[in-house]
Order: sequence, then structure tokens, then C-alpha cells
Amino acid sequence: MVQPLSPRLKETPSQTAGPYVHIGLIPHQAGFDIFETNFSNVLAGPDTTGERIRIEGRVFDGADSPVRDVLVEIWQANAAGRYNHPADRQEGKPLDEGFRGWGRTGSDFETGLWHFETVKPGPVEGRKGHRPQAPHVNFWIAARGINIGLQTRLYFPDEAEANAADPVLGLIEQPNRRKTLIARREERGGGVVYVFDIRLQGQDETVFFDA
Amino acid sequence: MNGLDREFLQRDRGIHPPAFTPDYKTSVLRSPRAALISLENSLSEVTGPTFGRSEIGPLDNDLILNYARDGEPIGERILVHGHVRDENGRGVPHTLVEFWQANAGGRYRHRNDRYLAPIDPNFGGCGRTITDENGYYYFRTIKPGAYPWRNFLNSWRPAHIHFSVFGSGFAQRLITQMYFEGDPLIRHDPMILGIPDPAAAVRLIAPLDLSAALPLDMLAYQFDIVLRGRQQTLFENKLQGN
Ligand SMILES: [Fe+3]
Repeated sequence: MVQPLSPRLKETPSQTAGPYVHIGLIPHQAGFDIFETNFSNVLAGPDTTGERIRIEGRVFDGADSPVRDVLVEIWQANAAGRYNHPADRQEGKPLDEGFRGWGRTGSDFETGLWHFETVKPGPVEGRKGHRPQAPHVNFWIAARGINIGLQTRLYFPDEAEANAADPVLGLIEQPNRRKTLIARREERGGGVVYVFDIRLQGQDETVFFDA
Repeated sequence: MNGLDREFLQRDRGIHPPAFTPDYKTSVLRSPRAALISLENSLSEVTGPTFGRSEIGPLDNDLILNYARDGEPIGERILVHGHVRDENGRGVPHTLVEFWQANAGGRYRHRNDRYLAPIDPNFGGCGRTITDENGYYYFRTIKPGAYPWRNFLNSWRPAHIHFSVFGSGFAQRLITQMYFEGDPLIRHDPMILGIPDPAAAVRLIAPLDLSAALPLDMLAYQFDIVLRGRQQTLFENKLQGN
């Protein structure tokens, strides 16, 4: 017999966000206005430093149909590679006070398209003793039929060298699965667009993380 | 160490419904089939968005009044309160908690909800708050009604309130649902039955809390939420001060 370990609480179980997730998190998309300040898909303000980019895409189900009621949230570092959070104490990287680095949106009820207006993040340091992480945007998606939020990352196609050294991409054994995390770059109307489609299931299923 | 003294404990997937739960039919085509890639926490996971009290309006945690037009909403007035803690038992302060629900008749104010119960002109059905310095939250609302959904032909959701919580790092993000003590629909619900550990499912059922009820005004339910804990390192208290 031994002493018992001190008791630990257990995490609250996850439940799907359901078909009406918009009411709580993006009410204007549900069809009404209620809060004075709303969270949005525009991360970059007029004073934000960095290269303005648009990120857009669709989420596809196992029948290759766009998921038209998905909630998409992103979390990213600023252009210098620093997160707007007290735990980020990277030296020599300025904090951009006006840039929270977080955005939220829902896919269009007809087309399934969603998009964000942001800046391209810089590289972020890796775990102790590991190489730096290539510029990336953290994604979290929730929807009807998704029992627990799915976590993935967008990487940039124009960062081939950094991507090749990225410690997280390096964990993915199959090169064709690694490719599911690399967005496609387009130039449209004088702006840069990164297209990032997420596949929940099937042939080119996106890599999701248990982080 | 730069943030990595804040790593989260590995998530115990056995207490969450797996992605593929065939009795909840929508999950069939929306569930990844490849294994999740296990990732040690980096700065990207231990950090997360922070929200200020100034972003929250004074009525945002009062669903009885935050959409009232020419009167108050119909239904049973209730207070919902609880403690947001992590698995280490520590309160999670200053974190954003959002909630949404159907009205007393089981109808959502949502352009896609076609259920025949009426929209309540005085009820929006959503709110939000920020936990206090110890991790406590509360809001006032109307007890939601059960509603039918197309899963099996005769599927009815137990009365529930949806919750979204952030925590202090993006890897703590959680969306869940609160159910009400004594609801006979709970034992038929495929979303609750999808949780492999019945003892875990019970933690989604809020008990009636008469001690927090306001006499002659409203009943109360208590719904505590636990987010992932942090790895405990020796001398942690000295390093982190919390
Ligand atoms: Fe619901």
C-alpha cells in the first residue's frame, strides 16, 4: 500500500457546438444584433505592423461537401513572431499592442467560404532545444457533428526553407499529409490571399493535432 | 523557459466523446479518421487570446434583459453560476465565458431554426461574461425548453445551455453543454451518450442550487467547469507565484 496521490480534478467533457453556434459566438450571422462590441474576422487594424494578408478557405466533410455551419477561430503571433500574451517573453520581438492575434468567423451558409483579414506572422521560437517554428497560424474549428474542437495549423507556401526545418511539420511522417497544412498563395486585386481548405475526412484529410 | 513552464497536462481523451459517434449521425461524415498527431506544447499552445472587461457590455450576462423590447421574456427565470477551475483545482481568472440557448419553448433565434415553437420577441438567447479574479461567473436567464432535432425521427434534445470557454492558453479552449438535474431526456441523448465514461457525463448535469436561488424571484443552478491543468514542476510556486 502507498499513500494516495493528491486528488486532481478532471476536465469537463466536450460537447458539439451544434447548428446554432452562431447565436452565441457570431450573433449577426444568426440574424440579429445584440452586443455592443462583436468579435470578428478582422485581426489587423490600421496601426498593425506587417504584411496585410487575407486567409480564406472552406471546410469539407467526408462526402466532399463544404461544411456550411462551421465556426473557425485563429490564433497567431504578430509580424515579429510574438504572441500578445504574458507567457510570451521572447527577447527582441516587439509587442504590437493593438494586435490581439485572435479572430473568429463562421462559414457562409450557402458557399461554405470563410475568411480572415490579418498580417503574416513571423517565426516563433520552438521548445527548449528545438529549432524555431516556421510562421504559422493556429486554427480551431467547431461545428455540428464535431464532438470536440479540432486543432490544426496553417503554414505558408513561400516559407519553404523554414517549413523544412519546422519541428511540428517534422513530426508528420507522410509527406503528402504534411502538405495538407500548407496554404496556397494567390494574388488577387493587388492583395495576397492564402487559400487554406480543411478536409475533415477522406483522401486528403487534414492533419489535426492533439496538443 | 519562456512560457514552457506553463505546459498543459495531456488531454484525457477518454472523458470526451470520440469524433466518430454513429448514433449522433452528423458526426459520421465530420469525424477525422486518421490519428491525431500528438504535439508537445510550444508557445503557440500555451498562449491564447485575452479579453478585457471593457469589451463586455453591462447587460451581456443578463439574458432576461439583454434583448427585452416591450417586456420580459416568457419562461422560468433562473440564475446560473459556477467556478471555472483547471485540473489542478486553481480558479481560472479573467477568462471569457460565452453561452447560448433556445427560449422557453425550445426555439432558437436563428435564421436556420424552423421549429414550430414561437420566437420570443424579448429573448435573444446569448450572453457572455468574464470570470472574476477567483474564476467565478454567473448570469441570469430563462430556462430553455427541450426541442426536436432530425437525428432519429423522434429525437429530442434535453434542455441545455451551450458554453464556450477560453482559459489562459489556446490548448485549453473548450465548447460544451450544460444540462439540468432531473431532465428525463438526458438518458436518451446521443450527444451525452457519446461520452465513453458515464461518470464524466454526469459532470455536465447542473444541480439545482436552492441556496443561490433568489426567494420570490428565481431558481438557481450551479455549473462548474474544469479546464486542462498545467504540469506541476518542483518549486513552481516560487517560479510562477501562483
Ligand atoms: Fe442546442
